[in-house]
Amino acid sequence: MLSKKTRTRIFLATFLLLALIVVVIVVLKSLEENVVYFFSPTELHNKEDISFNKKIRVGGLVKDGSIINNQTSINFIVTDLNNEIIVSYKGSLPNLFSEGKGVVAEGKLKDKKYFIADKILAKHDENYMPPEVSKILKKSKEQ
Amino acid sequence: MFKNFFPNKILSFSSRLFSFLIVLMLLFVFVGLIYALFLSPPDFTQGDSVRIMYVHVPASFIALGCFAFMGIASVCALIFKIKILPLMAKSLAPVGSVFALVSIVTGSLWGKPTWGTWWVWDARLTSMLILFIFYIAYISAWKFVDNYEKANRVSSIIAIIGSLNLPVIKYSVDWWSTLHQTSSITLTSAPTIHYTMLIPLIIMLIGTILYTLIVFLMKYKTEIMKFKLDKRNKEN
Repeated sequence: MLSKKTRTRIFLATFLLLALIVVVIVVLKSLEENVVYFFSPTELHNKEDISFNKKIRVGGLVKDGSIINNQTSINFIVTDLNNEIIVSYKGSLPNLFSEGKGVVAEGKLKDKKYFIADKILAKHDENYMPPEVSKILKKSKEQ
Repeated sequence: MFKNFFPNKILSFSSRLFSFLIVLMLLFVFVGLIYALFLSPPDFTQGDSVRIMYVHVPASFIALGCFAFMGIASVCALIFKIKILPLMAKSLAPVGSVFALVSIVTGSLWGKPTWGTWWVWDARLTSMLILFIFYIAYISAWKFVDNYEKANRVSSIIAIIGSLNLPVIKYSVDWWSTLHQTSSITLTSAPTIHYTMLIPLIIMLIGTILYTLIVFLMKYKTEIMKFKLDKRNKEN
């Protein structure tokens, strides 16, 4: 069977591996806030230690029918179907930015309901399909 | 089957079988690319940008898969002292690292027209960059450490520690909010990618796996020959 030397090595290796895994988990947990790329509107709503001067990111879906194009800026609502936040942005938007699609806004909170963004990124979801299939899906949803 | 990887057998690996592998790989890659670039449909949201996925996804798969092999091989080599395992891991590193780079570059090229940026420091992208750095560290350990046994030990440790990053890469999109999208193909639910795109993706994946196997075998053969030569020189 396995020699004593090999068995010792297996024990040592397993122990070291488990120790390393614990270290990785502890490090990732403590860095949680920095590893997360954006907060959802609900997370922002529930967050206690919010600072209105720090640059943060909020992400979610663009609420249908909420895009308002002003002279000076574009306003829209980001929702996670539980909570919403109004985002105001001056500048050009990425191509994939549209209603009902994912978005990540980077900027500062004016207050808990209003976010001033200086950068907008469109977020792509995990669905891939040809245009014809999406049209059929849309039609069947409307029925 | 595993006997074929033993030093004496690999050197007599039939060159006809090898040529067959190359032809098979070229077939899969050629057909896959025709579908990927021309015959498959554009995506309803991203249009033709989706075609980068047919290179990006297989490259990422290989980058992760190779390092996983390297990690397992390094652990087994340290515990069971099997001599061929470090050589196999060493032969996987170059092709794995290139595909890690391809994954990052193609991902960046895809990100600009879709997300609106070349790069973000989210969990998925950052952990992939860390993987690439570990690949470079692993290859460097073999290159710059003089003594074979020492190089073996240093590189094995790099491979094992780097392997802890692999679950982080894979599940980063599930554990934290990231800009990178979640998986479209999972073991537990139906794919969220239409079959007209899934089939070319699988063809490209098989072609890429064959390519990796071919490059690995070529490097592995060289490493075995080098190892035997060094052993003979030491004995003289």
